[in-house]
Amino acid sequence: MTRFLIRRIVFGLITLWVIITLVFVLYYARPGVDPARELAGRAVTPALLENINKEYGFNLPVIVQYWNYLKRLVPIPGQFNLGTSNVNRLPVTTIIAQAVPIDISLAVGSAILWMVLGISVGVLAARRPRSLWDRGATVFVLTGVSMPTFILGLLLLYVLYYLLTIHGIAIFPKPGSWTPFTQNPLEWAHDLLLPWITLALITAATYSRLTRSSLLETLGEDYIRTARAKGLSERRVVYRHGLRSSLTPIVTQFGIDLATVLGGAIITESIFGLPGLGLTVVQAIEVENLPVVIGIVLVASFFVVAANIVVDALYAVLDPRVRVS
Amino acid sequence: MPAAHAAGIFIQYHRDAMPLLAVDNLTVSFPTADGTVRAVRGLSFSVEAGKTLGVVGESGSGKSVSALTMLGLNPGADITGSAVFNGKELLTMSQHELRKIRGAEIAMIFQDPLSSLHPHFRVGWQIAEAIRAHTSASKQDAMSQAVELLRLVNIPQPERRVEAYPHEMSGGMRQRVMIAMALALKPKLLIADEPTTALDATVQAQLMELLIQMQNELGMAMIIITHDLGVIASVADEVLVMYAGRAAERADARTIFFSPHHPYTRGLLGSVPSATGVVGSRLTPIVGSPPSLISVPSGCGFHPRCPFAMETCIDDQPDLIPIAAGPNHTSACWLPPDMTGVGIAMDTARQRYASTHRGARSAKLPGVIAAVEGAAVYA
Repeated sequence: MTRFLIRRIVFGLITLWVIITLVFVLYYARPGVDPARELAGRAVTPALLENINKEYGFNLPVIVQYWNYLKRLVPIPGQFNLGTSNVNRLPVTTIIAQAVPIDISLAVGSAILWMVLGISVGVLAARRPRSLWDRGATVFVLTGVSMPTFILGLLLLYVLYYLLTIHGIAIFPKPGSWTPFTQNPLEWAHDLLLPWITLALITAATYSRLTRSSLLETLGEDYIRTARAKGLSERRVVYRHGLRSSLTPIVTQFGIDLATVLGGAIITESIFGLPGLGLTVVQAIEVENLPVVIGIVLVASFFVVAANIVVDALYAVLDPRVRVS
Repeated sequence: MPAAHAAGIFIQYHRDAMPLLAVDNLTVSFPTADGTVRAVRGLSFSVEAGKTLGVVGESGSGKSVSALTMLGLNPGADITGSAVFNGKELLTMSQHELRKIRGAEIAMIFQDPLSSLHPHFRVGWQIAEAIRAHTSASKQDAMSQAVELLRLVNIPQPERRVEAYPHEMSGGMRQRVMIAMALALKPKLLIADEPTTALDATVQAQLMELLIQMQNELGMAMIIITHDLGVIASVADEVLVMYAGRAAERADARTIFFSPHHPYTRGLLGSVPSATGVVGSRLTPIVGSPPSLISVPSGCGFHPRCPFAMETCIDDQPDLIPIAAGPNHTSACWLPPDMTGVGIAMDTARQRYASTHRGARSAKLPGVIAAVEGAAVYA
């Protein structure tokens, strides 16, 4: 098992290295592009270009630039450096550190909601295939899968915030509200409720579909027949024996989805004015603030790679058969 | 003589008055997109307390379905008939009442112990769970009972083995675990559905021995379902041969083996390898394969494959009638009741009788053609 995990971590590091290299090629070493000119903005003078080239080392050979770039990314305090923002000269690490708590808050709350919602709808549908519940679940899944985030988000804002507020029922806060968890947990949850619901409704659909198919398959297994033959209650058969085996595909999907939200929920953050990684990267792209874009891309890919390793480790916890191989 | 006969039946009836399990005219069918699958078509049998009934037949003859139906484990099936266990009707029982019987009074073990045990739970936990489903035993109590049960079924180092996962055990060990789990609540009836089919021949013998030993210790009745007559030869008090969802023949094991009446039973015996068989003798398979249960053949379900099929077999379904060869011997075949036994002489007599009752249609049946051409004369 330890060997398996070590192998997975090595693979993860290789994946990260490939992404880092791709980002380098895309932004610094594209043929026909002068990164110094891109940084210089509109009023370009040869002296300015000279300065930029000196500061960033753009006039060095590409391989040396690549080596310096890699050195900056080694996670050692004092050496790790994602550069500075072209807009306000703040270190990119500071900008990311400000944004990440918002994404963590978004991810935690919405993940709890979508897991509870998705799995319970899926279980209901699986326990009574072709029933009204099952059909209702299908409608829910189709709506969730086909509804674009920006429409659902705006719809929720319009109905739950705007309409309610102008009628004097101000339950939901206005877009752009954000309170850190450490300051006031209740206010934190209150401010994030609408974004959570938006993300949860869109994502839960996948989980109810996954749960339904996975559980239906499991309930046809021989060991479920054994569980029934033992005289267990139907509830215990479904939840303890059935759901237990159906968790594997759900955990896989969960790892990917959680990492995606952690790396920035671009549309949700934009609609609700939450300055997380998603909104920050959109703003950085608009002004071609390359160091910030690169920093966030790297952080987001780190989340995905890390989530995949965690999922693999979870398999072993969930399934004793994985532990031996 | 008629009076004695009647008295015999009366005594017989009286002895059977309260069997542990009495199944009467059971039918089970499953509606599917392709048509109704008639898995069991009017099956009656009974098992007395402490006795062993062997149920034999090919795949799809309705053996397992009947057993699962009695325990309410066939969701979506249309069921008629009756199954009275210990004075209680099982088929109309609520799921809640059935749950109390399942595992506690009627336990079941299945064919493939690897797929029948939950892969994610330790075997001790799975046994303890069965105990706790029916008693108020504490977790520790149930676990120490699980250890004792593993010891009972001869698993070495039971204290260590309770912590094992199913994939860490051999096939024979796993089936022992299944048996331990089934015996946990000292059931009155154990249904073993192909208990040894997935195992090595040597392990098969050990497990059958274990089942007999357990039966002697606990005094439970057993229904052993198998497609292999050899498995139950030395175990079963009575044998029920099933074909296409119906009983073909029923008798005590000795009669079934030495004086079978039904050509299907005769065919099954012909396809079993025998340690005492004549050197150089060949196995004789039954022609064709079991019928589709969506469109069961008319008349006797076996007629398309039967070497002795007659004109009446195509049209009329035979009922179980008493056969003289043994006590309680019954068979559902149109051949005369005295035509029992194995051997070339009896087969020739059957063939001679059948040929005089054949018509244009029965002469063209695959089983008959094969038999007449000499391909399927039993060795």
